[in-house]
Amino acid sequence: MSSTRREFLKYGAQFIGTAAAFGGGLTLLTRRAAPAQELSASGLAAEVPPHQTDELGGLVTPFALATSYNNFYELGWGKGDPARQAELLRRYIAAQEPWTVTFGGEVERPGTYDLAALLGWTDEQERTYRLRCVEAWSMVLPWRGLPLGELLRRVGYTSQARYVQFTSVFAPDALPGQRSSTLDWPYVEGLRLDEALHPLTLLATGLHGEALPAQNGAPLRLVVPWKYGFKSAKSVTHITLTREQPATTWSVAAPREYGFYANVNPQVDHPRWSQASERRLDGTGGLLAERRETLMFNGYADEVSGLYTGQDLRRDF
Amino acid sequence: MSAVTPPRSATGSGPLPWLKPAVWLGGLSPLAVMALDAWAGALGAHPLERLLLQTGLLALLTLILSLLCTPLRQWTGWTWPARIRRELGLLAFGYACAHLLLYLLDQGGLGGLPADIAERPFITVGLLALALLLPAALTSGKGSVRRLGFARWQRLHRLVYPAAALGALHFYWGVKGDKAEPLLYAGALAVLLGWRVWRSRFGGRRVKRDSK
Repeated sequence: MSSTRREFLKYGAQFIGTAAAFGGGLTLLTRRAAPAQELSASGLAAEVPPHQTDELGGLVTPFALATSYNNFYELGWGKGDPARQAELLRRYIAAQEPWTVTFGGEVERPGTYDLAALLGWTDEQERTYRLRCVEAWSMVLPWRGLPLGELLRRVGYTSQARYVQFTSVFAPDALPGQRSSTLDWPYVEGLRLDEALHPLTLLATGLHGEALPAQNGAPLRLVVPWKYGFKSAKSVTHITLTREQPATTWSVAAPREYGFYANVNPQVDHPRWSQASERRLDGTGGLLAERRETLMFNGYADEVSGLYTGQDLRRDF
Repeated sequence: MSAVTPPRSATGSGPLPWLKPAVWLGGLSPLAVMALDAWAGALGAHPLERLLLQTGLLALLTLILSLLCTPLRQWTGWTWPARIRRELGLLAFGYACAHLLLYLLDQGGLGGLPADIAERPFITVGLLALALLLPAALTSGKGSVRRLGFARWQRLHRLVYPAAALGALHFYWGVKGDKAEPLLYAGALAVLLGWRVWRSRFGGRRVKRDSK
């Protein structure tokens, strides 16, 4: 082999090696791969008619996307983390069996009830709701669940009750996100009593015809479709009726950015972005999922605007 | 490049002739990975957000690497870091531009930009960082040093320091919740900028000689 050829091969190898190492390093440090898309446990989700829509004609977000793009900080801060780490919550739930919900505070029949007992109190209902995240994306999701008002009437609330506080699962040993103090754990959310009693407010137990997946807040999560998604506490363990407005997690962590009410409102912007429009994540449109106007109260104004008559929604954002 | 005589053999073109092309190829390879991800549907439910995040991270990372070149040469005596500084800076500028274009694509045009700049410090700071990189990018060619004179050229290129700081702040503000990663970037940047301050204060005459 001639020395020129040897040099050439050596330089070629160094060139390829350096380019690969540099490019690989950059990609490793900056690429946030989406989690492997989950096949539904029963295959039922795959059978949901592909063109199911909400009452406004918005396409339902496919199961695979609804279960791979989540904010559930107990399971990690990345959008794909909850799906990747879902097994941790599944294992915790299995170890807890049966899951219980403790009703307390201004309640007439306080106590800790099995989820199975709650399911016997009232019929589960199918509800297809828009979910509008405060981060300006949205989905249409077919939930199954219990109207919260029915449960609250069942346990009864005193005349002193004005707010309802929801506490999410607290298990730092099982849930990696709770081992850092970035947020004050457990996650706490709250509603005014009239909001909690509203017929749209749901405690969801299922999604897309399946038992609620862990990354979506199994086994029981709040769904309040006219409010930003962070109001809908996941994996609820405690429901407490209070006299005072609960100190909710995000409104404590960043009071300028997240209010107690958090009603979807295109006129009140987040300090870092406009809330006038949203990107609908329904798996169509490729790179540019459709951006659409955000509707007042997420399109549920006819049902809920009466709750806020006379209230300044800019101040109570 | 016309002044450079083509190398007779690989050995004739100076040490590490493959270095700059390798930095370009490796530096641009994330674009191919992103394209591949898009083609494979691996960008997830919100593809644009994924690309927005990745281009922003690439811009900040390559900018920080470009600021590592001079200290690395000082600490090790190696000369190769100084020879890829320009390439890293241009990669950073390119990724920052791509980041802005994706943001505008997400916003559906320029319409919302004035309000964003005026009302949202998060956006203002990011755009300012890119604006500060522009003069350095435009005067990155060899001829520019001669045209501007070294002192003026160097002053202009020191705009990269505030640009990087603003970029790190933009990242810090942009992340919700866990700030560990933006703090890591800010920490690395603080070390690199702090080293420069320290050296200009206490490095004495050596600085002048070495900074050529």
